[in-house]
Amino acid sequence: MLNYITSYLSSDTTPGQAGNVFWAFVYIMVVFGGVSVAVMAMNWLERKALAHFQIRLGPMRVGPHGLLQPIADAIKLLTKEDIVPDKADKFVFWIAPLIILCASFTVYIVVPFGPTHAITDLNIGILFMLGVSSLSVLGVVMAGWASNSHYPLIGALRSSAQMVSYEVAMGMAVVSAVLMTSLHGLGPYGVGAGTSGTGTLSMIGIVQAQQEQHVWFLFKFFPLGFIAFGIFAIAMVAETNRAPFDLPEAESELTAGFHTEYSGLRWSLFMLGEYAAMIAVSSIAVTLWLGGWFRPFPNTLTGPTWDLVFSLFPGLSFLALAVIAFVGVARMPKHPYFRVQTIGLAGFGAVLGLIGLILFAPPVRDRIQDIFWFVAKVAGFMYLYIWYRATFPRYRFDQLMKVGWKVLLPIGIGVLILTAILGVLL
Amino acid sequence: MQPIVQPGMQPVATTFFFYFLSGLTLLSGVFVVTRKNPVHSALALILGLLAQAGLYLMLYAPFVAGVQIILYAGGIMVLFLFVIMLVNIERSQKEEQFNKQWLVGFLAAVALGALFVLVYVKGKTLFPYRIAQPIENSNTQQIGVMLYGQYMFAFEIASLLLLVAIIGAVVMAKKRI
Repeated sequence: MLNYITSYLSSDTTPGQAGNVFWAFVYIMVVFGGVSVAVMAMNWLERKALAHFQIRLGPMRVGPHGLLQPIADAIKLLTKEDIVPDKADKFVFWIAPLIILCASFTVYIVVPFGPTHAITDLNIGILFMLGVSSLSVLGVVMAGWASNSHYPLIGALRSSAQMVSYEVAMGMAVVSAVLMTSLHGLGPYGVGAGTSGTGTLSMIGIVQAQQEQHVWFLFKFFPLGFIAFGIFAIAMVAETNRAPFDLPEAESELTAGFHTEYSGLRWSLFMLGEYAAMIAVSSIAVTLWLGGWFRPFPNTLTGPTWDLVFSLFPGLSFLALAVIAFVGVARMPKHPYFRVQTIGLAGFGAVLGLIGLILFAPPVRDRIQDIFWFVAKVAGFMYLYIWYRATFPRYRFDQLMKVGWKVLLPIGIGVLILTAILGVLL
Repeated sequence: MQPIVQPGMQPVATTFFFYFLSGLTLLSGVFVVTRKNPVHSALALILGLLAQAGLYLMLYAPFVAGVQIILYAGGIMVLFLFVIMLVNIERSQKEEQFNKQWLVGFLAAVALGALFVLVYVKGKTLFPYRIAQPIENSNTQQIGVMLYGQYMFAFEIASLLLLVAIIGAVVMAKKRI
């Protein structure tokens, strides 16, 4: 038994490929916990950043700078009364949030946090991600219909139309990136080279193809990769029902859209699913176009010195967070009323600093690097989500459909054709 | 011939999963027919299609399983639900669910059952006994090479058919073109 557990440590594959059930379970638990914590952090960050965009303070009461607000919210939601409308279809009403939750968490099976830091590497990786995440629209439709109320039904209809439409444009962008994996050779235009030229759908394979070609697919066939990435970046916002495409839950028109009738724990499951789906589609974008787990310039800035410099980033970023926390401590009002909050913030900063110091240890920093770069890139997308929400006004529904079908889809098909032509010619 | 499986990738509890998924498929098929509420029927159908995707996975055909999920469960069934939700369900629930053609139905069922039994009994001589080579690790690549190489013509004809269907749908849906 012990031998079974330790035998995986010497292998260099993912637990799913090694067929090691124990480590697969451990990885699943770590990813599940990590994503849940990320959702909580995102919740806090979104409220805080949005508030600062609008020159407000945001949550300030629970914990220093509202740091404990997500926990307070979770407790509030858990203890709230769980209302099921009288004429609702009980079973469908009950199962809809679970479907959304399962669909958004299942896709993490193939997310490659590193060459070996994935739960498994499926041969159909990207297809699996798109397929399973497209199942979450079922949950939306079921929730809207089962509520037996007008606003949720309209929200669900809008949402399903929107998600199905943008999936098409998204698929075109993804296919053009997958097409690039079939090219071999070095440099932005080094392709062909007499190979059979079959690409790959596996998430790890896609990142390795970018390593092999010494270029992020974002910059491949400039500007084709860039345009495909742009289409995906727009479509993924629509796909996750976020502003400026949040018509299914447009507050001013539909109160809360498909989850109007939900409350308490079930409503929080919808929120958890939505944020998990946001992280999931961002990690698709990072994997396909931004070089996945690779640090910047893995091929030009080589050598032990650069390796050392880049391996210090994880620790330095945590130390920077700790410094920010301590600046917050110094700026706290000196009134005794704020003493607990000051001590709490100082403790939080100390924990962050300690994590940063642990990340400097050579054995840790070598293993943590690829995860850090992947998560950092995904975090950039998460911030973009907040930024969009604070910046853009909501689209009208016909405008939304027009953008999806008449702008993104033709451009996507054009990019796909041009990528194929360039791949053959160059 | 023994199926070639990568070391360390032995499937777990194959028999259990086969019976589990087949049972799920059959059960959801029964539910599709017997539920009075069309939305429940559609949801049961989705469950059946997903179980079928699991069966494809067990046949070492991950690509077909992925396409099954993305097309049927995620695409077509959503459009089904979309339409059904707009239908007045209360009226459809009052309508009769089964027509009373017991004799024809019975004959058709017997004929189909006889066919199944016949294939089960004679199957080993009708079809050559072979175990498929599980090429799970390069399944998608193999399908791509086959589709764009050996079966190029059939593939393009199929895509032409779909194109005709798409243009037909646009022509029928739009009053002024």
